[in-house]
Amino acid sequence: MTRQGRSPKFRRNRNPVTWLLRHAQMSLSSLGRLSRSPASTLMTAAVIGIALALPSGLHLLVDNVRQLSSSWDGSASLSLFLSEAVSGEQAEAVRRQIDRRDDVAESRLIDRNQALAEFRRLSGFGEAIDLLDDNPLPAVVVVRPHDSVAGVEGIARMAAELQAYREIDMAQVDLQWVKRLTAITGTIEHGVAILATLLAGAVLLIVGNTIRLDIQGRHSEIEIVKLVGGTDAFIRRPFLYEGLWYGLLGAAIALLLVLLSLNLLDSPVQHLAGLYASNFSLAVLDPLSLLGTLFGGPILGLAGAWLAVGRHLAEIQPE
Amino acid sequence: MIRFDNVAKRYPNGHEGLSGVSLHLEPGEMAFVTGHSGAGKSTLLRLIGLLERATRGQVWVNGRNLNKLRSRDIPYHRREVGMIFQDHRLLNDRTVFDNIALPLVVAGMAHAEITRRVRATLDKVGLLKKEKVLPITLSGGEQQRVGIARALVSKPPVLLADEPTGNLDPELSREIIELFLQFNQVGVTLLIATHDVDLVDRLGRRIVNLRQGRVASDTVRE
Ligand SMILES: Nc1ncnc2c1ncn2[C@@H]1O[C@H](COP(=O)(O)OP(=O)(O)OP(=O)(O)O)[C@@H](O)[C@H]1O
Ligand SMILES: [Mg+2]
Repeated sequence: MTRQGRSPKFRRNRNPVTWLLRHAQMSLSSLGRLSRSPASTLMTAAVIGIALALPSGLHLLVDNVRQLSSSWDGSASLSLFLSEAVSGEQAEAVRRQIDRRDDVAESRLIDRNQALAEFRRLSGFGEAIDLLDDNPLPAVVVVRPHDSVAGVEGIARMAAELQAYREIDMAQVDLQWVKRLTAITGTIEHGVAILATLLAGAVLLIVGNTIRLDIQGRHSEIEIVKLVGGTDAFIRRPFLYEGLWYGLLGAAIALLLVLLSLNLLDSPVQHLAGLYASNFSLAVLDPLSLLGTLFGGPILGLAGAWLAVGRHLAEIQPE
Repeated sequence: MIRFDNVAKRYPNGHEGLSGVSLHLEPGEMAFVTGHSGAGKSTLLRLIGLLERATRGQVWVNGRNLNKLRSRDIPYHRREVGMIFQDHRLLNDRTVFDNIALPLVVAGMAHAEITRRVRATLDKVGLLKKEKVLPITLSGGEQQRVGIARALVSKPPVLLADEPTGNLDPELSREIIELFLQFNQVGVTLLIATHDVDLVDRLGRRIVNLRQGRVASDTVRE
């Protein structure tokens, strides 16, 4: 008993082996506790899983659409509407001239009569057309670009060059949809990023709330552990591990969901690709999404648990 | 071992649970705290276990000034002060063994050592055969002994008991007191709050009588 001088120091256990062992035990006992109520554990994990699966699933979808549109660029064609002044015989000459270009793989002339016949057949306005004295339709040269013409920009550049021909009134690229698709996928991509942020917040709240309820349920246990000298770290640990396990389970469920969707989508996509004579196949989950889900889940779980523990454990003090 | 220097405890509602208490317990001493309901017995013990902090004066336990203890040191302080409560404060979903092992588990003791110590303590309180049962299946006296075993298992130098015999019949009460006397013989410092004056009067031990938060008398009855 020394009233003067320094107080004796407390003995703290700082053996790293013991520390590791205790962590291993704690993580397993947390898992054990979760497995004792499998239904509610799975439910929480499934909610986390869906929240994690949505962004990576959407990202995958956007990825595939983008790949799809680029693989279809090659099959795009150009319609060159010849000017009124070009006569029937000249039209064939114009076609031959165009056909000589390096970037043209194939060309076909639809003369004014053919154009009218096709219009009549396809539009159903046949009788209305008959009322007209003159054929209002121009001759059209349909061009399939050479494979060396790459992407949306290449075809647009080619169209601009052709448009400059005196004989050509208008060069229309049947590519508008590709451009739009690209714009749409870009927009969706941004949307996915925002959604991912929101859903990450949701996972944080879900885990936080689950842990909060668990802390409340174990109120008296926490009190007693504090009474017999349990440190805050000791009391915190099982809850943090619980959050970690929830996140890990959720991530596993998310990956399972994404893989399952891929599997379900594969055969319709193959069918679709077959229709367009495309050799497109579904892209699998990219490493970024895979790692993002696999690590993002546990990190979010741990963070959610940390938030709950920080807020609610200090409130519990033994009486 | 325990020293109070002019200690006051004013609760947040303004009520003074203790006022101007000075007290000194030597290592290995055993004393009872008596007094009417509301006299401040529990408050006195709670200050020693740092369940409350003094609002005035100084409390020293085991050479440390509790006023200067940081909150992260509190768990380590509590490991040196075993506490026993009238309502036992046991974990009802854990076995007797697990309840008693708790102070050793939180201190990070190795598994084999925990088993050895818990068994030895169970033997001391006469509950060896009950280690695997849940506390709710035990009688009040047995539950109290589980609480005592838990306070004792880590061999703290100081043992506090707040109404440990509160709900027990006279015979069981005497058994519990008998246990405390045994612990004291091996050098544990004990402070026991009780309003059962008859029980402690004939023991020839120090009795601190509190009245309205002050020490009214501090005597050794023969
Ligand atoms: N948390 C609290 N808030 C406010 N006042 C309190 C609190 N705890 C105790 N008190 C008051 O402090 C005084 C001393 O209480 P304490 O519990 O120490 O008495 P006690 O001697 O243990 O009584 P009992 O024999 O009934 O257990 C009482 O007047 C009580 O009302
Ligand atoms: Mg009391």
